[in-house]
Amino acid sequence: MEMNLFRMDFSFSPEEKNFRVQVRTFLDREVSDEFLSDLEEQDEVDFSREFTKELARKGWLAMAWPKEYGGGGATMMEQLVFNEEMGYHHAPTGGHRQGISLIGPCLIVHGTEEQKRKYLPPITAGEVVWCQGFSEPNAGSDLASLQCQAVEDGDDYAITGQKVWTTNAHRADWCHLLARTDPEAPKHRGISYFLVDMKSPGITARPLLNMLASRDFGEAFFDEVRVPKENILGEKNRGWYVSQTTLNFERSGIAWPASAKRDLELLIEYAKETKRNGQSLAQDPIVRHKLTEMAVEIEVARMISYRVAWMQSKGQIPVYEASMSELFGSELLKRLGDVGMQILGLYGPLEHGSRWAPLRGRVVRDCQFSLGLTIARGTSEIQKNIIAWRGLELPRV
Amino acid sequence: MDLGFSEEQEMLRTTARDFLTNECPADLVKQLAEDEKGYSPEMWKKMAELGWMGLTFPEEYDGMGMTFLDLVVLLEEAGRACLPGPYFSTVVLAGYTIMEAASEEQKKELLTKIANGDLIVTLAITEPSARYEPDAITVKASPDKDDYVINGTKLFVPDANIADYIICVARTTDGASPEEGLTLFLVDAKSPGITTTLLKTIAGDKQCEVIFEDVRVPKENIIGELDKGWPVVEKVLEKATVGLCAQMVGGAQKALDMSVDYAKERVQFGRPIGSFQAIQHYCANMVTDVDGSKYITYEAAWKVSEGLPATMEVSMAKAWVNEAYRRVTLLGHQIHGAIGFCEDHDMPLYFKRAKGSEPTFGDADFHREMVAKQLGL
Repeated sequence: MEMNLFRMDFSFSPEEKNFRVQVRTFLDREVSDEFLSDLEEQDEVDFSREFTKELARKGWLAMAWPKEYGGGGATMMEQLVFNEEMGYHHAPTGGHRQGISLIGPCLIVHGTEEQKRKYLPPITAGEVVWCQGFSEPNAGSDLASLQCQAVEDGDDYAITGQKVWTTNAHRADWCHLLARTDPEAPKHRGISYFLVDMKSPGITARPLLNMLASRDFGEAFFDEVRVPKENILGEKNRGWYVSQTTLNFERSGIAWPASAKRDLELLIEYAKETKRNGQSLAQDPIVRHKLTEMAVEIEVARMISYRVAWMQSKGQIPVYEASMSELFGSELLKRLGDVGMQILGLYGPLEHGSRWAPLRGRVVRDCQFSLGLTIARGTSEIQKNIIAWRGLELPRV
Repeated sequence: MDLGFSEEQEMLRTTARDFLTNECPADLVKQLAEDEKGYSPEMWKKMAELGWMGLTFPEEYDGMGMTFLDLVVLLEEAGRACLPGPYFSTVVLAGYTIMEAASEEQKKELLTKIANGDLIVTLAITEPSARYEPDAITVKASPDKDDYVINGTKLFVPDANIADYIICVARTTDGASPEEGLTLFLVDAKSPGITTTLLKTIAGDKQCEVIFEDVRVPKENIIGELDKGWPVVEKVLEKATVGLCAQMVGGAQKALDMSVDYAKERVQFGRPIGSFQAIQHYCANMVTDVDGSKYITYEAAWKVSEGLPATMEVSMAKAWVNEAYRRVTLLGHQIHGAIGFCEDHDMPLYFKRAKGSEPTFGDADFHREMVAKQLGL
């Protein structure tokens, strides 16, 4: 019998496998073809409110959070399994992602008891929509150079500025926002983190039309919007560091390779069923090559994501590894979109709703959407910088 | 789920790395590339003393009784050091063939000797048709009284020039399908009728043309059953493919390490070249390729080691690692500039091995086609 505790094992435990079956059964039923078809017609956030609440009722929405904050206290592997299944089933997360994965963790780590009591329960119940007021027209990759001002005035701060690429700006209930509270301090040390009620006077939010004619993100203008001092999260001027909170929540990025896996399965089915030039597409060596190349890449991406979750399950903090997963996963989806379009040929550019559009226009939609993925949440170039600086210790100038 | 190696495996890795750093420096690797035998008998003896030859053999044959996954750790280190010589042929190709199919008597005789460093054995599969498929086997073995008589040409046979035995995959019957009718013969390399010619390869590994002209092999030298050799070859190829991926992963990691170190030292325009974004992004791409290669290889290795079905994972690993190792060495050369282009430098060792390993046990296209079949395409 082996004396050491750890040995290589690529399988999941029986409990984890059971959990996967539970999640899969639920998602097979709820995120049906009909659901997905309806989702494509409608606004994701509006349409998926019921679904989000259903996840909350099952205790899965905030499964990653500690139990004392209304969470499921799930292990890293359980989170990985859940996120993988959600990704594979193309389940919508747009309505709850900000609250559950971004502002929630910051509140848990930095919030006062009162803030936690006020803001966490609606998130765990799936009843509130948050937006992230970070990026500005002149502050993208260089976020720390943001210019939105917060001026102290009595019991409040008056916030003035413009935020852009703000997902859900036009229908969010609350906004977690970075604004400059000390213009004299070095840029990273003069920023504070605010919790802003989007119904406050002085806020104008409107959607921006993205290249898919979808209104996912928007811009928000703040004109001396009054925010009470108790709505600062963490300490004044420490907002940058609050926003860097990497709570030990699953950061594998598994949703992308999982989603890609499902997309590839759909493409394979299509290739087998579609004839061109007297044979099925699946028999064409070039199509076979493209599909199998993607299959291999998807498996590599899955492993790169699994590695992050595994490290976290061991109590390690992945830094460059998480960037690598983000980089690889987003670039993967771009390549998949390309390959899908190539295989569909003339049918590729036909959009959802058009006669003759294959696979409900999913491929052309994903192909376009993927252009945003290598930019959002840290561009590929920034991710490579992080990998080089933090992973390989190459010098920063 | 645990994607890390056990403590024992990490100890094996450290021991292997220390040993190879001392015993197998780059200078020796380059020397042995020119040397006809291509290995150092002194190093071979030391490796045997460490128990490396018989690492995966059962203890009753003087082996260590360790797993395929343990061997993969060792192979990764061997790849890092560009270990020259017949270790892979003898231990992976021949070793697993014998363990899989040989009789008790054969195992006792051969495995024990191999474990003690006293025997070098190789496996001859490919022929001038250059394919790892059963219909590509044309070397014939015809029965004649108590022997079989082998005729034909094998090509790309590793270490045949120094092997004591060559396990030859030959056709004994024209079966209903190409997989049927192939037999494994243990051939004494000094048998009359064998002509072995060393090929000159880019990486200095000893590949050979082996011509069989009326070579007589006693019937009892059949390994496994008559006509049923191909399933054995398939199993061995699975392990060999993963084992080679492990070697390639080790080499890729070393190429990355060298390149990052160089980028930190080399100063141009008043700053280390590693402070320029182009170089930083190259390195980020390289480590992404190395890490991706590692985990897809380990996934396949674990499954093979556990005896789980792994056909898809093995082919995915080789398809990926082939191209990743190549990309890594190309960027490695780019980062090193002109000095990396000199034979004096160590970078060429890795590029040459990357290219040399690409077609071995199947190139990326071959393995992608395997994946296609597994996907039901």
